[in-house]
Amino acid sequence: MSEIDPGVVRYVADLARIALTDEEVDRFAAQLSVVLDAVGKLREVDTEHISPTASVLPLENVLREDEAREGLTVEEAMRNAPARDGDLFRVQTVIEERPSGG
Amino acid sequence: MAEAGTIREIAAALRSRRTSASELARAAIARAKADAYNAWLVVAEDHALVQARAADERISTGDAPLLCGVPWACKDIIGTKDVETTAASRILDGYVPPYSATVVERLDGEGAVMVGKTNLDEFAMGSSNENSAFGPVHNPWDPSRVPGGSSGGSAVSVAAGEVTFALGTDTGGSIRQPGALTGIVGMKPTYGRVSRYGVVAFASSLDQVGPFTRTVEDCAIVCQALFGQDPSDATTMPLPVEDLRRDLDRGVKGMRLGVPKEYFIAGIEPGVERAVRAAIRELESQGAAIEEVSLPSTDSALGVYYIIQPAEASANLARYDGVRFGLRVEGPDLVETYKRTRGAGFGAEVKRRMILGTYALSTGYYDAYYVKAQKVRTVIKEEFERVFGKVDALVTPTSPTVAFGIGAKVNDPLQMYLNDVFTLPVNIAGLPGISIPCGLSEGLPVGLQVIAPYYKEATMFRVAAAYERATMHHTLRPTARDSRPQEVRS
Repeated sequence: MSEIDPGVVRYVADLARIALTDEEVDRFAAQLSVVLDAVGKLREVDTEHISPTASVLPLENVLREDEAREGLTVEEAMRNAPARDGDLFRVQTVIEERPSGG
Repeated sequence: MAEAGTIREIAAALRSRRTSASELARAAIARAKADAYNAWLVVAEDHALVQARAADERISTGDAPLLCGVPWACKDIIGTKDVETTAASRILDGYVPPYSATVVERLDGEGAVMVGKTNLDEFAMGSSNENSAFGPVHNPWDPSRVPGGSSGGSAVSVAAGEVTFALGTDTGGSIRQPGALTGIVGMKPTYGRVSRYGVVAFASSLDQVGPFTRTVEDCAIVCQALFGQDPSDATTMPLPVEDLRRDLDRGVKGMRLGVPKEYFIAGIEPGVERAVRAAIRELESQGAAIEEVSLPSTDSALGVYYIIQPAEASANLARYDGVRFGLRVEGPDLVETYKRTRGAGFGAEVKRRMILGTYALSTGYYDAYYVKAQKVRTVIKEEFERVFGKVDALVTPTSPTVAFGIGAKVNDPLQMYLNDVFTLPVNIAGLPGISIPCGLSEGLPVGLQVIAPYYKEATMFRVAAAYERATMHHTLRPTARDSRPQEVRS
């Protein structure tokens, strides 16, 4: 089967937002091809009239009363932040400013 | 330093004032600090001593639960308020949770004393405990070998007699397999029995929390404290919890036990098969009717597992983006910061599974892999349900091999994944399973797995306890206890 070549690994790593070294790309391509070959055994099972199982639990729409409860304080929620600005998580600019006069 | 006793021994000693919870805590802390197997990531000395003092006060009132004052160890994937929780990942190095998992709160409520946090495969991804960012765990039976995984540190903390019980998590065998490889009891409850609130999520349709103990009775006692609906976890079942110890002494006479023929395959070590066959004969001699049964799709379970589990993990681990907690490695823009953070923070096995899971969920492959796996999951689940129309429980090997050498399988992910062929079908179906010691092969422990129908943990304990009483394999101790590993951290 070997559908996973280094190009596929690079593409999927980009979707998963993971930086990989060239060495990792080559190694994962080889290893994951072997794993996918083993996984391919699934295709031999007849599932023509079978519905998928997402969860084995016989539960759906678990509801509770909409009552206010104690939660974390801002300080508790923020204390593991890698960078903060007062009560805000600090990150890099996401949307560039529009040049003025445009 | 004497080893930690069983829950019943400790409860009796505390009530007769032969010892105190504080004395037990100090002894457990000393053993954890002297541990030569890299089983511990944090020894929470101050935390444990405060809990022990509170336990002593409660015991002095004469009205304390069985677990009060009992020292235990917590797999470091379970969140503990104010005690560092890393999931053995660089990406969570230094993370201190602002709240405790429900399972920790329940044990706190019983007065149990948490001694510290144990080592594991990063994010519970592994079967050998070699994928920890903080070095592998060594097996007390032979320090050159793995203890199994992913809950390797928790297994060793009990197997080496450092604490009385430990909590682990089991997604494809991560409690039962290390339990087997270290010669102790390891148990995964029915999916929906135990809250996962506050536990670092791995594969949410498969994960369950469960205990490691020396004895089946101790396992039932800990489960009694853990089981039950949690309003904070919508995947816990609203079921009453019966007395889990009620059938421990009933024996197996008149029970029907199934032996699935697909669990004795090529690849199982002869010594493992011999020990498990002998265990089945023992149960038969006690009056159980043994019946060969078939679970024909067993050989598809590995494929189902290695689609569903990495797919769910790739979604769950999206939260590690360096924004709100954990490691951040800055790049020129935010997307590059995500990539560098995750590239630096995740180890090789986690990256492999993120790639595999993202691939299986990506456009063009979703139906062929993910939906197909979910359909075969239905087939596997229904095969178990059919078999449980004929038998009360199943008995199988827990793992095809005894503990293997550190480094033996690290470059061959598929060989590593095959360790879990007998345990992961149980997670796919959401059933309860327990591994109990059933003797030695080449001087190393072998585990017998008992699988029961949904919510029939009491039946599972009945079979396990009957076997344990008859054989006393659980009293065997590591013979290599004093041969220390050359190097604890790699």
